[in-house]
Amino acid sequence: MSDELRAAVAAGVLGAEESFRTLLQSVVETARAIFGAKASSVFLLDEEADELVFEAVAGEGSGTLIGKRFPSSTGIAGWVLVTRQPLVIDDLGEDPRFSREAAESTGYVPRGLMAVPLLADERALGVLEVLDRPRDSRFTLAEMDLLGVFANQAAVALDLLLRARRAQAALGGEGDAGALARIASRLETADEAERAAGLRLLAALEDLL
Amino acid sequence: MAIVAHESQREELPAWSLSAEAAERIALPTEWPERVTREWAWGGATGNGVRVCVLDSGVERTHPVVGDVQHSWAVRRDGDEIRVEADAEGDLCGHGTACAGIIRSLAPDCELTSVRVLGAGFTGSGPILLAGLEWAVQQSFDVINMSLSTTKRQFAETLHELADSAYFRRTMLVASAHNMPVESFPWRFSSVISVGSHEEDDALTYYYNPTPPVEFFARGLEVDVAWLGGKTLRCTGNSFATPHIAGICALIMSKHRELTPFQLKNVLYLVASNVGGRRE
Repeated sequence: MSDELRAAVAAGVLGAEESFRTLLQSVVETARAIFGAKASSVFLLDEEADELVFEAVAGEGSGTLIGKRFPSSTGIAGWVLVTRQPLVIDDLGEDPRFSREAAESTGYVPRGLMAVPLLADERALGVLEVLDRPRDSRFTLAEMDLLGVFANQAAVALDLLLRARRAQAALGGEGDAGALARIASRLETADEAERAAGLRLLAALEDLL
Repeated sequence: MAIVAHESQREELPAWSLSAEAAERIALPTEWPERVTREWAWGGATGNGVRVCVLDSGVERTHPVVGDVQHSWAVRRDGDEIRVEADAEGDLCGHGTACAGIIRSLAPDCELTSVRVLGAGFTGSGPILLAGLEWAVQQSFDVINMSLSTTKRQFAETLHELADSAYFRRTMLVASAHNMPVESFPWRFSSVISVGSHEEDDALTYYYNPTPPVEFFARGLEVDVAWLGGKTLRCTGNSFATPHIAGICALIMSKHRELTPFQLKNVLYLVASNVGGRRE
């Protein structure tokens, strides 16, 4: 329970998920802007279900894809996740298998995509994809490096979101840690007088223990 | 899953010293020229007789760019047991086909074996990768292409043992460097050849990197590669630079069968584009 409690404290209060989701949305919007792309998405790995889940989408597909799932190790995103190697594809051609996969995972058929794993320490958390960068310039390895650096930022955002979810699970849970986390959350939103009284009580409790 | 002791560790003793009368026994079969050139290294070579393994997502068997794939295997997990079985499914992603096509384009007559270690789910992919690599090392391939890596520290030690074991068994492991600021394996081990990308469009242009851990840079930008359904795609990534070096290794090995990985790395170095191997 202590890990969950730590997660709860780290995440602060209820509602943190909303903030981190906004951060993640900003990440995909920024990725789309940096590369002048048509769309950008972040997929989160759901380890229990062994599936990738759309967590944030900018541009094409942004209204419909959040929450959509597909198997974790098939297709481009799956390959990138499992191998932890970034991949850029131009000229997708007309391979029907690829088109179908792409259409299912993006809502439309892109001409090209960049995909990069989201890695936090030794964990692979998900995948960032950037679809249809402009085709008037030759791709450079500097862009590849930029994608990698940017993916690190996205990974931090995704990690925060995951911590917030663990925190919420702890807050919603029964038992001592859940109760403590709920109290911490209430203190954050209480008015000044209630808050001061609450903190005095907690200090007394701490002395007692 | 238990990883069995590697054969290199079971060789009979004495093996680690050289008696005076034994010096002749280890005389090297290769006459090395005063200057090693690309012509000496792989002139006229086709990859004939060299066994190359692509450890990846599988390889499409009838792809016109890849041609014949002599053997296809898949590593499968059944409960706690991991098995290597003959495979007829081909490629689940396209990536293995891309790597095989690049190797084939450089070494048209090499023998290609596909070992699929990807596609069976993210969970458990580490043990499957280890089992696939262990199996491939036991098969004594001349070259193993690994356009993939893991960030899991728990696998690093076993991967390291396998990489060293390959090196001692005369199997050259060619692995993609990670172009992201993370710690990953097996490319960082010195017993493998690690490969990053350069921006030029010549398949035989490759550079030695005097500031490791990445040892060589090969073509990895906007490469036209084989993909699913007999098609081609234009791809960028170290994943595609790696099979360029694997293909060049296959060429060198087909002309100089006796080379150890140490010697092969030396030849690669000596004829790198920034050393002695500007296009001759």
